[in-house]
Amino acid sequence: MTTTDIEQDLTRQQDTFREGLEANDWLLPTLGDGVTGLGPQAEDVVQGIASAARGIAARLSPEAGTRRLRFPPVNGTRLLERTDYVASFPQLLGTIAAFEGDNKAHRQLLATYEEQGDWSAQLTPAGHALVPAVCHPLYAYLEGSQVDGTVFELVGECYRHEPSPDPMRFVTFRMFEAVRIGTPAEAAEHREKWLAAGTELLTNLGLEVQADTANDPFFGRAGKLLSAGQREAQLKFEILTEVYPGHPTAIASANLHEDHFGEAFDLRTADDAVAHSACFGFGLERVALALAAKHGFDVAAWPASVRQELGLS
Amino acid sequence: MDSTIEATVRSVLSEQGKLSEDAQSIAVDADLYRAGMTSHASVNVMLGLEDEFDIEFPEERLTKATFTSVASITEAVEAIHHD
Repeated sequence: MTTTDIEQDLTRQQDTFREGLEANDWLLPTLGDGVTGLGPQAEDVVQGIASAARGIAARLSPEAGTRRLRFPPVNGTRLLERTDYVASFPQLLGTIAAFEGDNKAHRQLLATYEEQGDWSAQLTPAGHALVPAVCHPLYAYLEGSQVDGTVFELVGECYRHEPSPDPMRFVTFRMFEAVRIGTPAEAAEHREKWLAAGTELLTNLGLEVQADTANDPFFGRAGKLLSAGQREAQLKFEILTEVYPGHPTAIASANLHEDHFGEAFDLRTADDAVAHSACFGFGLERVALALAAKHGFDVAAWPASVRQELGLS
Repeated sequence: MDSTIEATVRSVLSEQGKLSEDAQSIAVDADLYRAGMTSHASVNVMLGLEDEFDIEFPEERLTKATFTSVASITEAVEAIHHD
């Protein structure tokens, strides 16, 4: 097949899958480009995956346990600066604008809106940004503190501005993350343990998966250098599955950040060294959709072992 | 190795490299990443070099290996000049 044939084949598979998901109430349309809601079966499966992930967390940290925290999908714009997201991924970020005008400005806004013009151009930056990864608010929360290798458990919404007709690519989605911040050895151990445990869970759910080195989609020519460095040092692994035969999609990732966040947020270990961090994340909607592709849209008819693993029976 | 190019490389490194050692005196083959240059600092070094020399690093040279030492950077700049 030529490159065009391969692309057309993929587009066809994506369209067929999306139509099936929509027809079976798995994906619900919204007015946002690339934004979908979930129907009851899909949401049950998402909750089941999150619960299975919490089970792994409890098993892997039996003595110390984990700290389960919750941060909302919106944070200060400064978070994107402090994590280097603005420099590395400007194409994916989203900030919030709000109306802060007076009555005169409101009349202008209404006039524009009645003429079906772009009223949003009259808004001003609200100082808020959408969170691109659920672990980012954690580092900011811990800023300036001493860390001891505790594992943090987070579920939250992420925003990535990459609307796509591929139903596997969500503009906004939920991520389960297990994050460890401590010594370099603790971070590395966390990544290894979770990569193995995450692969095992996905396999038990009936998915054929494969872990492989990967890179984040860093922007531009500067990004080429960052991507090459990330791959060379094997800092990022993805767990991939073929929702579309012949085209692997990542449904989970395991990342070593080295001292990137430790440095940016002044996180130190007991010996006053800059802390290292690692995170493992499941893309919850992506895993759910991969399961639908594998087992069908009727969750009641899924294999008993899969239903049990997800707490659905 | 061209000493004028090397001098400019060192001056860009001292501005952008975030090195824990003096960029003017660091050994030509010392590992800059080990000397404290972060991956983001290496990007700034790359952009600084492109400005100073009015060159563009081709994609195949945008690797860690290119930016690993004063010697490797100087060689890359020389090679791009000769292309």
